[in-house]
Amino acid sequence: MFFAQIQLSVMMELNLENSNNVALNANFKETENVMSDAKRKQFKKAPKSIVGERIFKSLLGLLSVLILLLVVGVLFTLLLHSLPSIKAIGFKFLWTKTWDPPHSIYGTLPFLVGTLITSFTALLISIPFSIGVAITLGEYFPNGPVSNFIKNAIDLIAAVPSVIFGFWGFLILVPYVRELELKIGITPPDGQGLFTASLVLAVMIIPYAASLGTTMIKMTPSALKEAAYGLGATRWEVLKSVILPYSKSGIFAGILLSLGRAIGETMAVTLVVGSAIKMPSNIFSTGNTMSSMIANQFSEASSDPLQLSSVVEIGFILFLVTFLINYIGKRIIKRFSNK
Amino acid sequence: MVIASLVLASCGGGNGSASGADDKTITGGGSSFDKPLFDKQFAEYNTTTGVKINYQSIGSGAGIAQLTSKTIDFGASDAPMNGKQDSAVSAPVLHIPITAGAVVLSYNLPEVKDTLKLTPEIIAGMFLGTITKWNDAQISAVNPTVKLPATDVLIAHRADGSGTTNIFTTYLSKVSPEWDAKVSKGSTVNWPVGTGGKGNEGVAGVIKQTPGTIGYVELAYAVQNQMQYAQVKNKAGNFITPSSASVTAAANIDIPADSKISLTNSDAPEGYPISGFSWVLIYKEQSYNNRTQAQAEQLVKLVSWMIHDGQKFSEALQYAPLSEKAVAVGDAILKSATFNGQPVLK
Repeated sequence: MFFAQIQLSVMMELNLENSNNVALNANFKETENVMSDAKRKQFKKAPKSIVGERIFKSLLGLLSVLILLLVVGVLFTLLLHSLPSIKAIGFKFLWTKTWDPPHSIYGTLPFLVGTLITSFTALLISIPFSIGVAITLGEYFPNGPVSNFIKNAIDLIAAVPSVIFGFWGFLILVPYVRELELKIGITPPDGQGLFTASLVLAVMIIPYAASLGTTMIKMTPSALKEAAYGLGATRWEVLKSVILPYSKSGIFAGILLSLGRAIGETMAVTLVVGSAIKMPSNIFSTGNTMSSMIANQFSEASSDPLQLSSVVEIGFILFLVTFLINYIGKRIIKRFSNK
Repeated sequence: MVIASLVLASCGGGNGSASGADDKTITGGGSSFDKPLFDKQFAEYNTTTGVKINYQSIGSGAGIAQLTSKTIDFGASDAPMNGKQDSAVSAPVLHIPITAGAVVLSYNLPEVKDTLKLTPEIIAGMFLGTITKWNDAQISAVNPTVKLPATDVLIAHRADGSGTTNIFTTYLSKVSPEWDAKVSKGSTVNWPVGTGGKGNEGVAGVIKQTPGTIGYVELAYAVQNQMQYAQVKNKAGNFITPSSASVTAAANIDIPADSKISLTNSDAPEGYPISGFSWVLIYKEQSYNNRTQAQAEQLVKLVSWMIHDGQKFSEALQYAPLSEKAVAVGDAILKSATFNGQPVLK
């Protein structure tokens, strides 16, 4: 998915000089020889290999175009199926606060707000942890048993199915949040709500920023670090002035990945968010996100065309929101690497 | 290339058969209200006749939608098809009453050992958000001997579309003009307060998890999960405990020929007020989508068995067996099912 693409584009944009990556240097030298050998072979061999090259190239091009068509197709289908709702309700859909099928009133504002609040809160909660893990694994424990243990634990978090996080949240986290709400004096002390959903999401999205951040921190040229140490910098100062500025666009890309995951997460959120269709009054109130609304409403809505098309329109808006956030994120990454 | 053509060929092969995969399987979907009863009935039917029934509890609305697109043989719904659904379907659909059940108000109050009594005004007040504390004057007025805690009333409702919601909101619309004006009835409504759970199971889960919660679930779920549920005051003024007997009493009224009637707020003096029929929906004209005569007969025989012999499993699962009047109406409706114009049941 996004992971490899962002990693690759980040590396290219950063214009790496990987002097500490010996293997890469060796490959570079050998490639020159191999290329000239291949070129010689090309001229000596029959045109069969040129045809093979061409087929391979066109196959790659075809697959890329196919994927692009798929994405455009999804967007187009969403738009097509939300047309009845767009025609009937129009732009009002974006700021209507109620979802009232018996009276045919539909609006997406509570869910939009719910999605944005839960995703960004989850991001804020998880950033210290994921950057911390990235620094630990990249700088302090790059190899060895401790590193393996932490790495495996993080990978395990990413591998657990999201519905299990939902169950864990519902059965274990909700009572604790309820006690917290009772202490603070939130009524009603439900336990479920946007805050609980943010906590569950925060745990789930740690691995993405952590692993990408680890890779970027490890790629900081050791020449820069050694120079800083040589000038008498402490470990913390090297981290602050050399490593983090160098890898900051990569870490940001990892954070963007985490945010993308948080926005789209459905089952884990549905089980703990409380499914209430109203504008959230505070972080602890129950609410709904766009994806959990779709999950709840889709099967039943299929009997009422306007309701169904409104649910699809929620999906369409979710698609656009994800698109927009990714675009803004990419622009910010570009800014970081051009400085 | 080879792989693509293989995939296309296998896709093409699958389109030949109709909704039932083969002659010994019947597919159905819909109400989760009925699922406990259907599970038992279909297992028994399979042991006696060898016919396998594949039922998915996807919700009444989804069941109707699937039947409309003819992807299942029968649907099950806790509410008759409404105007919008009727206009979407291409051919007439028969409604056969299959069972009646109770929607109970289940609550989680660990300190309260006695059964609470609730009036329609209290229930509407709680769900509208006007009654917010358990020791409210209205509640203690009808429960003078019960020590009620001063905690908040937390509401649990369905997050997904549901026939159970339909029965409950129909009842509330009948007994509370404020509810009717503000929220009205339907499978999904704009709940003024409360937390949502997915399915009857989800709501039962929410109630069990949080002390001080009250919500509505089908009777079988409350009994199976050993939850407390309240007695409700009916139209005649009696406080009725929900049970299969009180639902049968509520259903002991005249039923119209098309069987589309709501049992909520029944006039019967011993009837539980929040009861409802559940219907099985099949197409009147059974020859569509390459269905065979055998498949049509099998389906109609199944439904006929469900309203006769299948009723003996009802009481053990807290459903109300159909009254004689209801069975008679169901039989008459089944006789009107046709295959190419000829009645299926000879």
